[in-house]
Amino acid sequence: MSDEMQLLEERANREYEFGFTTEIETDTIPKGLTEDTVRLISKKKNEPEWLLEWRLKAYRHWKTLEMPKWAHLKYPEIDFQDIIYYAAPKTKKAQPGSLDEVDPELLKTFDKLGISLKEQKRLTGVAVDVVMDSVSVATTFQKQLAEKGIIFCSMSEAIQKHPDLVRKYLGTVVPMTDNFFAALNSAVFSDGSFCYIPKGVRCPMELSTYFRINQENSGQFERTLIVAEDGAYVSYLEGCTAPRRDENQLHAAIVEILAGDEAEVKYSTVQNWYPGDENGVGGVYNFVTKRGMCRGHHSKISWTQVETGSAITWKYPSVVLKGDYSVGEFYSVALTTGAQQADTGTKMNHIGKNTRSRIVSKGISAGKSQNSYRGLVQVAKGAENARNFSQCDSLLLGDKCGAHTFPYIESKNNTAVLEHEATTSKIGEDQLFYCEQRGIDAEKAVALIVTGFAKEVMQNLPMEFAVEAQKLLAVSLEGSVG
Amino acid sequence: MDTIKTEYLKEKFNELQSETGANNLQSWRNEGFRTFSELGLPTRKNEEWKYTGVNRLFTRDFAIPHQGEDSISAEIISKAAIPGASEMNHLVFVNGKFNKALSHFETSDDFEICTIEEAYNGKFKEDVETYFNKSSEVKKDSIHALNTSFMYDSLFIKVKKGHTVPKPVYLNHIFDTTQNHLLASPRSLIIVEEAADVSIIESYYTHGSMDSFSNEVVEIIAKEDCHIEAYKIQNDNPNGNHVGTTNIRQVGKCLVNTVVISLNGGMIRNNTDIIMEKDANEAHMYGLYFLKGHTHVDNHTLVDNQKPLCFSNELYKGIVDDYATGVFSGKIIVRPDAQKINAYQSNKNILLSATGSVNSKPQLEIYADDVKCSHGCTVGRLDEEAMFYLRARGIDKDRARAILLKAFADDIVDHIKLEAVKEYVEGLIAERLELHD
Repeated sequence: MSDEMQLLEERANREYEFGFTTEIETDTIPKGLTEDTVRLISKKKNEPEWLLEWRLKAYRHWKTLEMPKWAHLKYPEIDFQDIIYYAAPKTKKAQPGSLDEVDPELLKTFDKLGISLKEQKRLTGVAVDVVMDSVSVATTFQKQLAEKGIIFCSMSEAIQKHPDLVRKYLGTVVPMTDNFFAALNSAVFSDGSFCYIPKGVRCPMELSTYFRINQENSGQFERTLIVAEDGAYVSYLEGCTAPRRDENQLHAAIVEILAGDEAEVKYSTVQNWYPGDENGVGGVYNFVTKRGMCRGHHSKISWTQVETGSAITWKYPSVVLKGDYSVGEFYSVALTTGAQQADTGTKMNHIGKNTRSRIVSKGISAGKSQNSYRGLVQVAKGAENARNFSQCDSLLLGDKCGAHTFPYIESKNNTAVLEHEATTSKIGEDQLFYCEQRGIDAEKAVALIVTGFAKEVMQNLPMEFAVEAQKLLAVSLEGSVG
Repeated sequence: MDTIKTEYLKEKFNELQSETGANNLQSWRNEGFRTFSELGLPTRKNEEWKYTGVNRLFTRDFAIPHQGEDSISAEIISKAAIPGASEMNHLVFVNGKFNKALSHFETSDDFEICTIEEAYNGKFKEDVETYFNKSSEVKKDSIHALNTSFMYDSLFIKVKKGHTVPKPVYLNHIFDTTQNHLLASPRSLIIVEEAADVSIIESYYTHGSMDSFSNEVVEIIAKEDCHIEAYKIQNDNPNGNHVGTTNIRQVGKCLVNTVVISLNGGMIRNNTDIIMEKDANEAHMYGLYFLKGHTHVDNHTLVDNQKPLCFSNELYKGIVDDYATGVFSGKIIVRPDAQKINAYQSNKNILLSATGSVNSKPQLEIYADDVKCSHGCTVGRLDEEAMFYLRARGIDKDRARAILLKAFADDIVDHIKLEAVKEYVEGLIAERLELHD
């Protein structure tokens, strides 16, 4: 066997890097979901009465719903009674005051993941909220942010310290009755991040949440709420990993964003949950509801996502363009390899006048994976001069995978201009030949071409993330050639 | 809200079955009705029927034609017919049933026309058994199953090997609704053998003030090296509702062109399915919906590439005015191992009024890698620069608008290869645009 082949083989068999588990004492509740479970979670988190009522209402609504079936996905029925709905690493204190109080084992975990909470403090200038299983374990830079009036903390902390704000905004963008998973999340959400940028404040640093599933059999249900008041600006990053396990784990999160007049929110995700092995055993089911509301005029919400993980990804970060002149953007790279499945895309609801939206979606499928884009562009009657441009390109690597496009375009306004285009093809033989002829081996050439294919999206990621995302893309592609 | 009634259909179905007696395609009808009873009417939750609510049609009590002649006067036939019908094989369908006595056509040993009942009981039993009601797309949809349940006096055409049918085949559908609301179920099976050549045109006309609902299924079997042109011209009255499926199976390498023109009617749904079952098939599909009033037109297309080297091109254009709704839902499927496929799909819409709406869903489902597939979709208004260009040259606003819309529509109309039909459609469009030379 030639060296090259050997190298390829090795790479191909390379395993999910972040698949380790942390040996740490965890506080879990029994499997299953009943009203008592909801009460128990609420009690553990010492929540006010109104929130418990809200959770119970969501739970009762969820009971009436059925799991939706329309997505282009195949997976066995999920037993919602076989999930642990709350798992928290045991810490000595309920709210660690500083990093020194955080369990060293935990810090080590995040060191391994490349998110050194301590170093972070000095070097990168990114404020991080770290969520392990169901609870937030640490938030950095809180003090510096507080000076500007920015609130950045875990959801549990926000519920205790800023109940009025939480009560005012929670569920206003994604109501608990929105869909099956939104109702489930509303009933059992355990933690997440809360971020409030007051009027006219430009957040001086990137805010970031890092999610990690550790506990076996547990589901992760976090809830993120970002409120940008008039004229505020914030850039928010989200990253995720999980240990490798042979059973499927459910992740059903909600992200809500509110943007006031002339506010701008940029939300970037690098999703790298454990994807399962190449035969489709194990992996995370990533069923997430993400929605932004451009409430004010000239507001802007931009979603950028790099999706490489999860056995199944099912999510549509969407923007409701309610304010006049508001702008919604969606940039996505979804890479599926092995037996992964993705049904992802976006929704743009044009309601206000002169609203604009732009969708750029790049799907790359390899192995036996199935990758679907599903997007909705909707123009309401009053959305004068709405403008949309959508582009969804799919790249197929290998003849066993699939790439699908399901766009929905609905216009009720005659001044709106909507454009959609999509292509599906494989990497051009001539492009590959060109690279190989210049001494670039096949694998690197594919990585090069894919990077170029995804560049338009990558450019929209913040610096710190772009490098990581590009590496991730290259690593995920390894072994998918030939 | 009026309630949706389907229970009475069972009664009517039993009536029809007992009338026709054994042996007469009874088992197909039984199977159809069973499927319909199981699935029920499609709701908007059904992805395939997301933008078209067929249920509300069933708030009426439909009469369902019985066995026996439904007659119609020669005057109405000629009123319904498109110009040049006398030069064609003019097949008249009254209330969904093929009426031989009123039709004028020339058959030969190479070109047979009869009812499916006759074909099945005569020398074409094998053909009917092999090809009739075999498409899975037709079988799994409840509305199609409803057609199968109530089909009677269905049409059978066979064009034999190497034969070019000299005159186009024209299916003139007439619905008599002077007495009742009518549910008609026209059904056809057209077999085009190796290297044969045929053009098929269909039109629809509702006579009377009550509502008609024609639920049609046409199955076309296209064999090696044949060439088929299939056109549908819809210029019915606003009380004429229609769900029609043209299911074309390319069982050999051949060429198929379809054009669907929808100008007037109530609720219209056209399914055009092309199933490419052999290597190197080619299909071109064109559609124009130019709507006003409350007309609702839903064009559903499917290109199922089951084998390698196939080529398909789809272009659907819509002009939507008043309260009308235009829907396009196209699907290209490339099956595993169907490599070297080129498939293109394009949908362009102009929304003229603030009260109309356009919904478009161009979809790709691809399971093979060595393919070139693309789709595009636009929704917009008339190009202001083009308007300015014309108006700067002294052309008034209305005329400038008409010129631009005509040019937009011509892209589709130009693909009608039968001169008489093309002229007729051009005339209708000019009339709509009030464009007089």
